[in-house]
Amino acid sequence: MNDVNLAEVEMRRNVRMVLRVNGEATEVLFAPYKTLLEVLREDLDLPGTKHGCELGECGACAVLVDGEPMLSCLVLAVECDGRSIETVEGLARGSELHPLQAAFADLGGAQCGYCTPGILMTAKALLDKDPDPGREDIKQAISGNLCRCTGYQQICESIEEAARRMRGGGADSAIPTPSGGAKA
Amino acid sequence: MSKRQRFDVIGKPRRRVDGRAKVTGQTRFADDIVLPRMLHTKLLRSPHPHARIVAIDASRAAKHPGVHLVLTGRDFPVTFGILPVSLDEYPLAPERVRYVGDPLAAVIARDEQTAAEALDLIDVEYEILPTIASPEEALARPDVRIHDYNDHGNIHRAQAYEFGDVDEALAASDHVFEDIFFFEGNTHLPIEQHAAVAAVDGEGKLTLWSSTQVPHYVHRQMARALAMPEAHIRIIACPNGGGFGGKTDICNHEAVVSRAAMLLGRPVKICLTREEVFYMHRGRHPVLMKFRTGVNNDGKITGMHLQTLLDGGGYGSYGAASTFYTGALQTVTYELPRYRFEACRVFTNKPPCGPKRGHGTPQPRFGQEIQLDKIAEKLRLDPAELRLGMVAQPDTLTANWLRIGTIGLAECIRQVVDRSGWKDKHGKLPAGRGVGIACGAYMCGAGLSIYWNKLPHSAVQLLVDRSGQVTVFCGATEIGQGSDDVLAGIVAEMLGIDPFDVRCVTGDTGLTPIDLGSYSSRVTVMMGNAAIQAAERIRTLLVDAAAEALQALPERVVLAQGRVFVADDPGKGMSFREAVVLAESKFGTLGAIGSYTPPKPPARYKGGGVGPSPAYSYTACVVEVEVDPTTGWIHVPKVWIAHDIGRALNPVLARGQVEGSVYMGLGEVLMEEQVFRRLPPKLSHALVHKAPSMLEYKSLTALDMPEVDTVLVEDPDPNCPFGAKEVGQGPLLPVMPAVANAIFDAIGVRIDELPITPDKVLQALERKAKGENPRVGPDHFPDVPYPEPMRVPPPWEGGDGNAVTAPGRSAGRAKEVATP
Repeated sequence: MNDVNLAEVEMRRNVRMVLRVNGEATEVLFAPYKTLLEVLREDLDLPGTKHGCELGECGACAVLVDGEPMLSCLVLAVECDGRSIETVEGLARGSELHPLQAAFADLGGAQCGYCTPGILMTAKALLDKDPDPGREDIKQAISGNLCRCTGYQQICESIEEAARRMRGGGADSAIPTPSGGAKA
Repeated sequence: MSKRQRFDVIGKPRRRVDGRAKVTGQTRFADDIVLPRMLHTKLLRSPHPHARIVAIDASRAAKHPGVHLVLTGRDFPVTFGILPVSLDEYPLAPERVRYVGDPLAAVIARDEQTAAEALDLIDVEYEILPTIASPEEALARPDVRIHDYNDHGNIHRAQAYEFGDVDEALAASDHVFEDIFFFEGNTHLPIEQHAAVAAVDGEGKLTLWSSTQVPHYVHRQMARALAMPEAHIRIIACPNGGGFGGKTDICNHEAVVSRAAMLLGRPVKICLTREEVFYMHRGRHPVLMKFRTGVNNDGKITGMHLQTLLDGGGYGSYGAASTFYTGALQTVTYELPRYRFEACRVFTNKPPCGPKRGHGTPQPRFGQEIQLDKIAEKLRLDPAELRLGMVAQPDTLTANWLRIGTIGLAECIRQVVDRSGWKDKHGKLPAGRGVGIACGAYMCGAGLSIYWNKLPHSAVQLLVDRSGQVTVFCGATEIGQGSDDVLAGIVAEMLGIDPFDVRCVTGDTGLTPIDLGSYSSRVTVMMGNAAIQAAERIRTLLVDAAAEALQALPERVVLAQGRVFVADDPGKGMSFREAVVLAESKFGTLGAIGSYTPPKPPARYKGGGVGPSPAYSYTACVVEVEVDPTTGWIHVPKVWIAHDIGRALNPVLARGQVEGSVYMGLGEVLMEEQVFRRLPPKLSHALVHKAPSMLEYKSLTALDMPEVDTVLVEDPDPNCPFGAKEVGQGPLLPVMPAVANAIFDAIGVRIDELPITPDKVLQALERKAKGENPRVGPDHFPDVPYPEPMRVPPPWEGGDGNAVTAPGRSAGRAKEVATP
């Protein structure tokens, strides 16, 4: 039995690599068939990145690779040697939320929160390139990220509000509310 | 309940209490749980829609390196099920598989890869059985039985009710409209795939973390499936990455990982693949419906005869309740003097259907709202005015003995009519553009539990200690809808503190008092009322102690903004924490419980337990469409929706629920469908899912989503916490028929079935061009052997809520069914 196990281990030899994730270089040992998604979640203890299909269809696993949003379920981790990877865990500065995070929390951009990490990273890539995107640019940018809860409207508003705050618009704007108070 | 009209927390738009965890990636979903020595599970699923398992040989799999355990049906001798009337599933099928995807074996191994490899080493010999693909086939082939516990053939449930003589009402009507509609099945598609982790704790007891909406029901059924005492099982519902009803059933894999963990003494995990989530399903039933509705020239409905036929799939699931729901709530939206309702659910060899957002009610709502549009057209009445003229009356009983409280529907209709510019648009937009209106109503929590009992439906425990810390315990489950935020917000309002100063411990059967779960839009009302009771009890102790110290009358003491002070002399007071110290000194350790049991329903007939609710929410919706006559493409530029919410506890979250409902409704009406096709006989003749992936199962992206104008109509309901009704499900209901009606306004064709795809639009336009009936939809309703109706006189015809005739053969046993 022991011999069999040893042969197995030999056959499934792991690869060793240094990955640069959220600015930290970390040595990691992983099975070569693993996707970046799997290595982040299972080998680097970064479960903030989610998965909804592992087929490149839902966008939940989006992370930034060298600043570009990529679906981590479609990227092999062995391809990421020497590249810079950003995940949701790296968004906040210490305990201070990134403006995107704060806006999503304040304005209903996150309901169940499962698609949220992927959308936050996709939105960060957008705002890094374009600090003042229009509604259509935002919709285009997140069109590969499926959300089943929100209907996207509060997500778009959250991204717009974050962009405004990042341009120096202050952090305490009124939270948009539905037309309320109508009395029956 | 507090009679105050000014609130510090309630009604204020604010960040949800769990918002920070969700945006930092710190929310721990079930698949995020990793435990030392954890093993992984894969399920072997049937490739055949209907077969007998002749033999299973798992010996090769068991020897595969890295495999720790192989389980088969032999390891699970007991059935389970969410409803006591249909305990018809095994964790692993022992002798018969009933749909492609039905699990029959499990491999537990060191990693997923190894487990998946070993699945290929399990040898199964099947005897292929004839496949039932549709309700028509199910009725035509009673000899091919999918189950044998039901009364007849493949009829799972058949029932009939008559509330007043409908034939007489129709005969006396100016017009009788007869229409057949079909609502295709669709699925929840939560972005989070179901996952579960089971572990044995230091005392040898079982803990199961699962993405479930109903930890209490899972608790009961795990005890049954594993033959263990409930007290030795702890179910922890992780926050769900979306539910929509898809995580309200007991899942095969929950029992599998639990048994494996108990046998191996190691933690065992499973995470379903997306394809497996499509097989798990429990989603919207495909429903064929026939409406015969009597109407007078003034537009008033005189009576309705509704027949429904549900395609249930391979197991019972919530189906007995779903069957009732295709008719039970038809009476609460508009005045309906007489009503006959016949429903039948059949088994087919497809993944089981169950509850999806709106549970059983979106299908008949779709039919009725389109039929009303046809009635308005024929009678030359404005569809909005027609509806305004027949809105159900507040504080009344319906024909089927449901008690309605507040109704904000008329205001909802007026809001969407005004804001959409309806009067300038309906019938007046250029060709290819149109507007449609529809309404709906939904319950705020099922009046009865899914198993018969007289126990509370929700309970809340509150602990307050000398540090000023407030901890609230409740079995309610956070599925994204904001149940933790509702709980913290209500406690904070009652105790005059900030919601972020309340710690929520929820959805854990080992720690929290029982709440029945996140289904039937019950959480805000039931948990909320229990929370108010618990908080009021704590508040009384704090006020008593503070009043004594302040030498003030207790009724003058106010708790607000973290302070406890005298109302007319705010300087005279203390901090919340100081008041807690005084109260703890005076009364001992501070704790309180609150619980909630819904009002007793007035109906006394069997089956009258499905439909009652403490309150009903109402919604009206106007949709504008643009239809391209050359491609059939439907574009929705804008949706106006008004929802009678009673009171919005946190308007940010309430609006999110409404917009999310519009989104999901547009998906159902325009593209989403869970459909199957037969493979050619040379390939196996199997009945397979057409699109078990997120790419092929179409849903709206950000680019497809129109602008939504949301109005929350606030008319506080006395049965609800601070007057707050539900908002998670009701707003979905009018969206689908409003789109269908808008398409008629745009291009003059009727599409009487879902989804409304471009090919159906083109087909209807072609018929119109040829001078034929410009309609696409079902034209035949099969002969369904409904039982003799149980006759229950409506309240205004002198009844007392009892049936006056004995029930038909299959119509009984309803009392124990009740539900979501």
